[in-house]
Amino acid sequence: MVQTAKTEATRAALGPTLARLAGEGLDIICVDADLGVSTSAIKFGEAFPDRFFPVGVAEQNMIGVAAGFASCGKIAFASSFAVFAPGHCFDQLRMAVAQPGTNVKLVASHAGVVVGEDGASAEALEDIGLMLSMPPFNVIVPADYTQAVQAIETAARTPGPFYIRTSRPRTPIIYNDTHRFQLGKWDQLRDGRDVTLIAIGELVVAALQAAETLAPEGIEARVLNAASLRPMDRDALVAAANDTGAIVTAEDHFVTGGLGSLVATTLAETTPVPMEYVGMRDRYGTSGTWEQLLEHFGLTPNAIADAARKAIARKP
Amino acid sequence: MAAISPTALKGALVAPTQTLSNEELGATARRIRRHIVQMTSAANSGHPGGSLSGVEILTTLYFRIMKHDPKNPLDPDRDRIIISKGHATPLVYGTMAEAGYIPVDELKTFRSLGSKLQGHTVMQKPPGVEMTGGALGMGLSFALGCALAGRLDKRDYHIYCLLSDGDSQEGQTWEAIMSAGHHAAGNLTAIIDRNHIQNDGYSDYQRYPDANGNRPKRPGGWVMSGGGHTANIMNLEPFEDKWKAFGWKTWHLPDGHDFDALTTALNEARAHTTQPTVLICETTKGKGVSFMENNPAFHGKAASPDELAQALKELSD
Repeated sequence: MVQTAKTEATRAALGPTLARLAGEGLDIICVDADLGVSTSAIKFGEAFPDRFFPVGVAEQNMIGVAAGFASCGKIAFASSFAVFAPGHCFDQLRMAVAQPGTNVKLVASHAGVVVGEDGASAEALEDIGLMLSMPPFNVIVPADYTQAVQAIETAARTPGPFYIRTSRPRTPIIYNDTHRFQLGKWDQLRDGRDVTLIAIGELVVAALQAAETLAPEGIEARVLNAASLRPMDRDALVAAANDTGAIVTAEDHFVTGGLGSLVATTLAETTPVPMEYVGMRDRYGTSGTWEQLLEHFGLTPNAIADAARKAIARKP
Repeated sequence: MAAISPTALKGALVAPTQTLSNEELGATARRIRRHIVQMTSAANSGHPGGSLSGVEILTTLYFRIMKHDPKNPLDPDRDRIIISKGHATPLVYGTMAEAGYIPVDELKTFRSLGSKLQGHTVMQKPPGVEMTGGALGMGLSFALGCALAGRLDKRDYHIYCLLSDGDSQEGQTWEAIMSAGHHAAGNLTAIIDRNHIQNDGYSDYQRYPDANGNRPKRPGGWVMSGGGHTANIMNLEPFEDKWKAFGWKTWHLPDGHDFDALTTALNEARAHTTQPTVLICETTKGKGVSFMENNPAFHGKAASPDELAQALKELSD
């Protein structure tokens, strides 16, 4: 199931996937705010020019236009960088999409510190928090290119609002083509009984590497890919807490409002166990290569392994 | 006079009878105005001023211009009116009640727990309300999406969007104006209920009478009026020129309460298919109720029981 030889950016999945689905007859349109080349949405525009609507650098308008299309029966995709959407258009996503439940799919790329050289203002660390704050948005963070393709197809085929978070750098492909993304299901990529490492995005690979690091110490770590943040996999989380007694979350996002908060909130009302967080806390990003930034901010396999040791030590 | 029968609109999606006289439309408008003041007073809250200013606009649309069917409010070929000024629910619900979408009796549940008729618009509650509203500046983008979808699907429906002075100050509105011009959305008509008054007072000096009753033009800046209202919140002029510059065909209606002028301009706008179109309608906030007219206090405040009695007297047939 897991392979790591090839790399591809999750953002590259959008345009080709939309073009394939529209080719199969899905009534898809895409509204774009002048970042289609970067989000790959332009590939859809090249294939279906009459279904691709540029609105210029105007993200609020982009969401409103998409909602209008959706109200007329279209599967309305919109894409930008995560700092701009949801960053520029929380209110529009709330009133024109979330509350009425319009069939709008926002696919935002360039999330997290792995944006790299562009620096703090370009690195969205709040987007998951914004989107999780708004039911009924489905919120998905694919772990690799294969899963991004699957998540986009799921969004296109499932009525209602979706947010899909992709990222800029080429990262390892961990799923082969037999992978089938399931909304509300967290994949168990490795089993273990001492601690569970729950990760999203590019940190799923880091969690797998952390598990490898821990194994020689006699620590068996379960690894879950929590790509489907809403709906979340409550059963998998509660089982992990019961089976392993310690939890570590790992994300390229603020812990507050992100995966860490989500897991902690759920564990607190079900099965409280010692928990440690790997993620961004109390500071913004900066410029550097994406690999340097992961290291600089402690979003690494070693940091996840350290957090696992700490959580295990806190077991009663 | 009896209400215009909803059954007159039943069945095929054709524009409602154009043979309704101005007197009949006027009687409908008066009933809508009575609904507006009664609903808001019953709820002891709401927005009567900016509802009363748009009555002739919506009456003309629903009873003379739009293809719609209250028995089939989701017909994909219907014309759509997107309400960007989502606080004008008394106007929207009052008009929809007269047009057969809502039982008149239901209007008294406005703003109360369990009612479909919330304080600001909610999409398809009741069916026929096209968009959730309340935060200004969002309607025209939504309307543009509907218009472009109609063009893509080769449907011949027309999209109308009702905006306010406040709407016109939101940046998103200008994003939408720019992109509708860019996409030459010829099946989109914006209608500005330009009453020159908003929450805190007067948008500009044009409706602010000075001590001599004059309405001088003055430079910008923040000024309190004698009545405790802000007298120059944000000037929109030259408003029509701005729309033109963004690629829209414009009509300026000096009297936005004139059925003939509205009918003519709306028909011309619909026939103009190469550009998006806009009607800038000069209206009077609180129109029809003497103590509400041009009075910012009734932007977001209901009439007291005594005031309601006076208002209903003035609005009687």
